[in-house]
Amino acid sequence: MIYFDNSATTKPYPEVLDSFIKVSTEYFGNPSSLHGLGAKAESLLTQARRQVADLLHVKSAEIYFTSGGTEGNNLAVKGIAHAYSKRGKHIITTVMEHASIKETCQLLEEEGFDITYLQVDSNGFVSVEDLKNALRTDTILVSVMSVNNEVGSIQPIVEIGHLLKEYPQVLFHVDHVQGIGKVPLDIATAGIDLCTISGHKFHGLKGTGVLYVRDGIRVSPLFTGGNQEAKLRSGTENVAGFVALARALRLTLQKSAQDYGKLIEIRDMLLNGLNEITGVKINSPLHGAPHIINFSIPGIKSEVFIHALEEKEIYVSTTSACSSKKKSISDTVLAMFHDQKRADSVIRISTSYENELYEVEFVLQEIKNTLLKLQKVMR
Amino acid sequence: MKFDHIIIRYGEISTKKRNRKSFVDKLKNHIRWALRDFKAAKLTASRERMYIILNGEDHQKIIEQIKGVYGIQSLSPALKIGRDIEEIKTAALYYIDQLSGEIETFKVSTKRSDKDFPYDTNEMNHLLGGHLLRNKDGILKVDVKNPDLDLRVEVRKEAVYLSGENIHGAGGLPFGSSGKAMLMLSGGIDSPVAGFLSMKRGLEIECIHFYSPPFTSERSKQKVMDLAEKLALVNGSMKVHIVPFTEIQMLIQKQIPENYTMTSTRRLMLRIADAIREKEEALAIITGESLGQVASQTMNSMFAINEVISTPVLRPLIAMDKLEIIELAKQYDTFEISNQPYEDCCTVFTPASPKTKPKLEKVQYYESFVDFDKLIADAVEQTEIQKIRFGEKATGEGQLEDLF
Repeated sequence: MIYFDNSATTKPYPEVLDSFIKVSTEYFGNPSSLHGLGAKAESLLTQARRQVADLLHVKSAEIYFTSGGTEGNNLAVKGIAHAYSKRGKHIITTVMEHASIKETCQLLEEEGFDITYLQVDSNGFVSVEDLKNALRTDTILVSVMSVNNEVGSIQPIVEIGHLLKEYPQVLFHVDHVQGIGKVPLDIATAGIDLCTISGHKFHGLKGTGVLYVRDGIRVSPLFTGGNQEAKLRSGTENVAGFVALARALRLTLQKSAQDYGKLIEIRDMLLNGLNEITGVKINSPLHGAPHIINFSIPGIKSEVFIHALEEKEIYVSTTSACSSKKKSISDTVLAMFHDQKRADSVIRISTSYENELYEVEFVLQEIKNTLLKLQKVMR
Repeated sequence: MKFDHIIIRYGEISTKKRNRKSFVDKLKNHIRWALRDFKAAKLTASRERMYIILNGEDHQKIIEQIKGVYGIQSLSPALKIGRDIEEIKTAALYYIDQLSGEIETFKVSTKRSDKDFPYDTNEMNHLLGGHLLRNKDGILKVDVKNPDLDLRVEVRKEAVYLSGENIHGAGGLPFGSSGKAMLMLSGGIDSPVAGFLSMKRGLEIECIHFYSPPFTSERSKQKVMDLAEKLALVNGSMKVHIVPFTEIQMLIQKQIPENYTMTSTRRLMLRIADAIREKEEALAIITGESLGQVASQTMNSMFAINEVISTPVLRPLIAMDKLEIIELAKQYDTFEISNQPYEDCCTVFTPASPKTKPKLEKVQYYESFVDFDKLIADAVEQTEIQKIRFGEKATGEGQLEDLF
């Protein structure tokens, strides 16, 4: 099996599963319980939080555990909108955000918020100049993803953070779900106020995530109840999941330090190989993330292609997994190229440090074979 | 071009005549402790100053580490370079570029112990000043009277040294140079801050904590050990005397009228603390009290409580507001630990309306029916001493390292 769909989700590391099982069986206490079992669970939670904070170079108190990317993004955008609505009701985001930002913004529009959606160029980049022009006196939040989940374009987060330092009343949220461990980002120095990451994108478990909230920023909670996570997220903490996330993050950052070169080699080999195949159009920008390669084969429906590759036990994806079941057309690719046929036939390969170079050779060969076969049929 | 050494000046110590040597020795020990991660760096001392010879270690990281050592007035990093005039010029510019803060004005002062050097002091000042002005046109100006930076150039036979930047140290006196005192550490926000401030004035401290299981939990004790670990930053380790207090506390509840239990509890804590102090040969007791903050910290309460001992009770926070104390607690990195919500010896058994103006005669009268002496002696006897090293995890954290 060749798993090339790591932006949809990753396979948990065996060590991560070990931690999860051990904590779940031996330290299953509720961290809020007063007895020793509870204390143990709480101490594990504290340790997990500290480890994540240390790895991200931020403070422990700025780390909030969540159920993943969607919750993190919802909590950040709704939480800021509701906590700061007296200050203003204008939010700026981009046309190529993940559904959990896009849909949330649309909901806020119904509540009376005004949302500006920044356009992207054919490389999938937003322009800092456009953002600057979109800023208003009633702007309270800018939310931009660091790495696009479909094509892998890297947004100018540091530049945006730098610009927004001149507008202290505007908070800056970064959806870093696709970037973590793959595209370096120093949260503390980049002028970021809130940052979402998700455990299962770096070989942790589904249902775990982190929202970084800079010290001193108010966020209104989505859930009310037992006031866990410093009142920001009520609900009994998933201690085992968060310990697993802390471990997965450490392992991933370790591999990133060792194997970054391999990831680049894999991407370059894929890009070179795909470029040589007639009929293939690369959608990923030249200087994009090292782990996302997006291309179209105009004329061939993505879904057909996916299933054809699946027969060879190669797993790739159409658009982002979260929206691929509803429709096969990619909004992101459409926004970049304004080409319906191209957006209709999108294939995304997404790699991780677990992939190897020999897999690339095999995949390229199979793509060629499949294409030949399908082109005969689908003319 | 490399930074060669850091000059350390000690303010107040230089004025203390007779104790000077022991002061300097203590400071030396603490700088060595602060330098523990920089194996190559060497420390030497002269009469007025100390020098850290960097031997290739990063000077900025070292300054960050030793800035917090009590007893240091100021620090200056120094560059060592060859005697070539072009090299000196480049070095002067480099020195300006790596300053930790922005400057607008400067002057150059050259000292020439090697009279064979081809340029005299005036020529040197002129040459270097001109070079800096040309390269920092519009950014820097010369001000010989009150410059932001006095760039000192020392020409010696073996090399040329550049220094001049003055970085403020933590001030205060070296740990231990003022003697020893016992800190009453409850687990709250105030007492650790009182501990740090006392250490800043040169006190060596040990902590006393009152532990009343099952009324206070294991976690509240762990919290105290975590705080002690933070306090250990100054000296590398911290001793905590954990006093079993349950029996006395229960007796107080039984024998003393409710609105006087708090006053009596504090009196007994102070008596026990004093007995431990005597054993440890310390000379004072430190508390985190701030005037009027809670019922036990009113003037009347302090009068009624303090009466039990004649040992000096130091209250470094007495004139501070809560917000000022919190600010310091954040600086010392103890706030988050203190803020954890466990019952401690001060919160459990708090009566609904404690006397804010207790009368000494009354509390003496109530206590006269009970013989606490034996219990106090037992508590002191059974006190457990725990020592925690800086960097050690008290809360059992780290024991499950393999899970992470």
